[in-house]
Amino acid sequence: MVTNTISVSETPQVLYALRRADDALILGHRLSECCGHAPTLEEDMALANIGLDLIGQARALYTLAALREPSLEDGRANTEDTYAYLRDVGQYRNLLLCELPNGDFGRIIMRQFLYSAFIDPYWRAMMKSSDAQLAAIAEKAEKETAYHLRYTSEWVIRLGDGTPESHARMQAALDFLWSYTGEMFDTDEAEAMLQAEGVIIDASVIHDDWRATVQTILDRATLTLPQSAWMQKGGRSGRHSEHLGFLLAEMQQLPRSEPGAVW
Amino acid sequence: MTPQTDALLRTRVLHALDDVTDPEIPVLTIADLGILRDVRVHNGVVDVTITPTYSGCPAMNMIALDIETALARAGIENFHVKTTLSPAWTTAWLSEVGRQKLLAYGIAPPQEGSGRGSLFGTVEVACPQCGSTDTSRLAEFGSTSCKALWRCNTCREPFDYFRCH
Repeated sequence: MVTNTISVSETPQVLYALRRADDALILGHRLSECCGHAPTLEEDMALANIGLDLIGQARALYTLAALREPSLEDGRANTEDTYAYLRDVGQYRNLLLCELPNGDFGRIIMRQFLYSAFIDPYWRAMMKSSDAQLAAIAEKAEKETAYHLRYTSEWVIRLGDGTPESHARMQAALDFLWSYTGEMFDTDEAEAMLQAEGVIIDASVIHDDWRATVQTILDRATLTLPQSAWMQKGGRSGRHSEHLGFLLAEMQQLPRSEPGAVW
Repeated sequence: MTPQTDALLRTRVLHALDDVTDPEIPVLTIADLGILRDVRVHNGVVDVTITPTYSGCPAMNMIALDIETALARAGIENFHVKTTLSPAWTTAWLSEVGRQKLLAYGIAPPQEGSGRGSLFGTVEVACPQCGSTDTSRLAEFGSTSCKALWRCNTCREPFDYFRCH
């Protein structure tokens, strides 16, 4: 039984699957923290359900990463569980946006909206991947993310165009989160290689679509797009905010202290 | 094993799977729901393929276990249960019998021709209790991943709507 931090052989395909899986797992985990704490029962159910969809997508992507990773020197192979529970902060490849602490309901909704407006068209475009398994995951995921986008869009409008208090909170959430959105469209050498092979699409082609959706909803919500063009980055290469370590400590505590524990 | 005995075994498997229902909607069998994708028998070895309704559907492990139990109970020993994601399940996979069973159970079935068009358009959902189409959505996400919570404005009863997908 593996109890210590694993090593991962990050071929471009493995790295890509881990990045997408980590986004979904970490954001799904953040949403799971809302369970029992949302403003109303209906929103509690909604956030938990979105979290469940994301964690389901993460499982499929981790399983794919495990399938594609060359086996380790000792013949051991990683699994969805070892990726999730036995990697440290620096090995996580998720967007910084996904790991940010929840804050108030407005910020939870705004974070989910900004991400869903990107990932929904992204998965739809990925259905054309030359990798049949990735295309299948995308085909499944885009049906779920369509609901996430609709749900969060409705709330952004309702709260943005709501009371002075809710409007101010939504504007503050947008201002806070804005600099974390640029990382979604970044690409690097490893991904460029996969793009050339038709395995993945270039995320930057989604940018205009994303921007248009965001602009449409923010206009209806009477919210103002921040002017700053400076963007945070680092998550994709393992340079994270201080927040991820605390999240992992909670998520990984049980499997690390009780190796092999099962329900 | 001959092709004839394989065909007979397949019939037994399908019969045994008639008893396997969705744990969250117990009136629907996995065939009604459209998550039973394929049953193949080759040289006495049974391969059952299922597909999840939602990526994170927590019922999948239980459904796989129920299939194994049903087959074992029918005296079938040599089988594998596999999961596939593609083609992705949509509400179009729900059988007509399944839709009728849902309605009788008090869950409004998904609207015909469901897909992205109807997802963002307006849908008309009839109340499974009184049949009125004067209904409104209370919550996008209901008691399970596959349902939304609606209310009838005529008989005032809340009801589950099987979300189009």
